[in-house]
Amino acid sequence: METSPRTSAAVALPAVDGRARTLKLVGWGILGALLIGSWKGAEMRPFDLITYGGNMKVFAQGFFPPDFHNWKMFLEEMLVTLQIAIWGTALAVVAAVPFGILSAENVAPWWVVQPVRRVMDSFRAINEMVFAMLFVVAVGLGPFAGVLALFVHTTGILAKLFSEAVEAVDPRPVEGIRAIGAHPVQEVIFGVIPQVLPLWISFALYRFESNVRSATVVGLVGAGGIGVVLWEDIRGFNYAETAAVMLIIVVTVTLLDLFSQRLRKLFT
Amino acid sequence: MTAIHVGNLSKTFPRPPGGSPGNSRALNDITLDIATGEMVALIGASGSGKSTLIRHLSGLVIADRGILGKTGEVTIAGEQMQCNGRLSPHVRRLRTDVAVIFQQFNLVGRLSLLENVLLGGLGRIGFWRGSLGRFSRAEKLAAMEALARVGMADYAMQRASTLSGGQQQRGAIARALVQKAAIILADEPIASLDPESARRVMESLAQINAEDGTTVVVSLHQVAYAKKYCPRAIALSGGSVVFDGPSRALDVPTLCTLYGAQCEELLMDETLGPDSASPVDDVDGVPSLRAVGIRGV
Ligand SMILES: Nc1ncnc2c1ncn2[C@@H]1O[C@H](COP(=O)(O)OP(=O)(O)OP(=O)(O)O)[C@@H](O)[C@H]1O
Ligand SMILES: [Mg+2]
Repeated sequence: METSPRTSAAVALPAVDGRARTLKLVGWGILGALLIGSWKGAEMRPFDLITYGGNMKVFAQGFFPPDFHNWKMFLEEMLVTLQIAIWGTALAVVAAVPFGILSAENVAPWWVVQPVRRVMDSFRAINEMVFAMLFVVAVGLGPFAGVLALFVHTTGILAKLFSEAVEAVDPRPVEGIRAIGAHPVQEVIFGVIPQVLPLWISFALYRFESNVRSATVVGLVGAGGIGVVLWEDIRGFNYAETAAVMLIIVVTVTLLDLFSQRLRKLFT
Repeated sequence: MTAIHVGNLSKTFPRPPGGSPGNSRALNDITLDIATGEMVALIGASGSGKSTLIRHLSGLVIADRGILGKTGEVTIAGEQMQCNGRLSPHVRRLRTDVAVIFQQFNLVGRLSLLENVLLGGLGRIGFWRGSLGRFSRAEKLAAMEALARVGMADYAMQRASTLSGGQQQRGAIARALVQKAAIILADEPIASLDPESARRVMESLAQINAEDGTTVVVSLHQVAYAKKYCPRAIALSGGSVVFDGPSRALDVPTLCTLYGAQCEELLMDETLGPDSASPVDDVDGVPSLRAVGIRGV
């Protein structure tokens, strides 16, 4: 580019930041090293896909045409799955309100916040499938084990989301209520909750969407719903029926996602 | 009868690391008494400590522990609100007698104006009834009456967040009325209002003071309003009381000796007052020139 000497004196390109460039290179290097290092552990064999291409084709053909003969039972089990998600989410919302408030630094003292947060962390860290297996042992096979599994895991997630909303509230209305001489609990009820409610509702609906998906898999370990059917079809090499069940899951989850997204828009 | 007693009150906020050194005292050995039924203006330039003092009076901030044998204290109607860096164990009961009107955003935006006003009674009704928001018919009527008194009854069902600044301010006054507090502390209630709204808010406060005998302390930026509505004025500068006397004694030379270069800021809107001999002209330019000079360095 041509520039007059006067302009080039006044306008200069910023000096190239050597440190930033090195950091970028190092970042890519680390990423590459991670991928290569994990290759063996993950037993990556992409060529198998080609070598066993024929088998794959036969396997895939087994899914077609999907077998909807048992559609009534599928729908009933799908409904059970939804009901698991509804109760799992509802119980979690009820539990996440106090836990969420107690793990917000601007409301509770640190000696409450820290232990509550650690408990919630552990609820979140352990997958609902693991909880499902444990509850199947504790309360027996069936949907109730699924409800409990979703309940515990979702409580951990919602408590964190709820407390983040609480920590972001405007403190001034809360102080206004404190100045009235109200009880600290009333400060939360009238100062904090009205501010966070729309966000809380939106989070709860969002978790309901994901819990419908999770409820389909807790069945795989015997915790009720459509997952049980799916697991039995896969184990019995009944791929035509497996395909039918998967289609029903896809349609239901998609419809619910759309519906719930609409609902969430109303609250934000 | 003494409504508010402040004795040797000092407050030092912890300095953030890396902050500039120097005097970080927000309040500096403040002593004052306000009698029941007085209407007092608290004036002072930005950062002089008005809000901080008001927050101490309502027990929202705790003062420094005493130094040199002086124990800072705030007493409300003879009962200690805080003393020597400690809040009274009865602070909640005492707060019910001290209504605070904050500069802004003190209403809960998502609740209706009426709900906000009803909350003013929280300190006086039982915990469970209050927490469940089960206000009686009589309490609702009282809240409507308070709204009518500040000319806001028509907006009772509107969400507080959708009201204008002046309307919110009058709503906050209605909440203070419902609180039935013996003392109202108003922190710059007119700072962000147009002259007409400002006048209505000040009129409301003066009326409550005259009719109910409520003690009113109102912090103001504009000396003109202080002179018009408050017989007594207390001036703060750098956290210290620099003037305490009849507000009509606050003429331009007095203010300028009290505040120095900052007096320009205080005298904005002086046109309202009875003796408005264009005081700003005298000092105009000096502070702004200085500001430019500082920026140039
Ligand atoms: N929470 C706090 N932490 C640190 N410093 C504070 C805090 N609150 C107030 N201060 C400081 O105390 C001093 C007095 O502040 P204050 O808000 O009382 O002033 P003000 O007179 O109300 O001013 P304005 O007219 O602008 O509202 C200021 O220097 C301010 O920075
Ligand atoms: Mg202030």
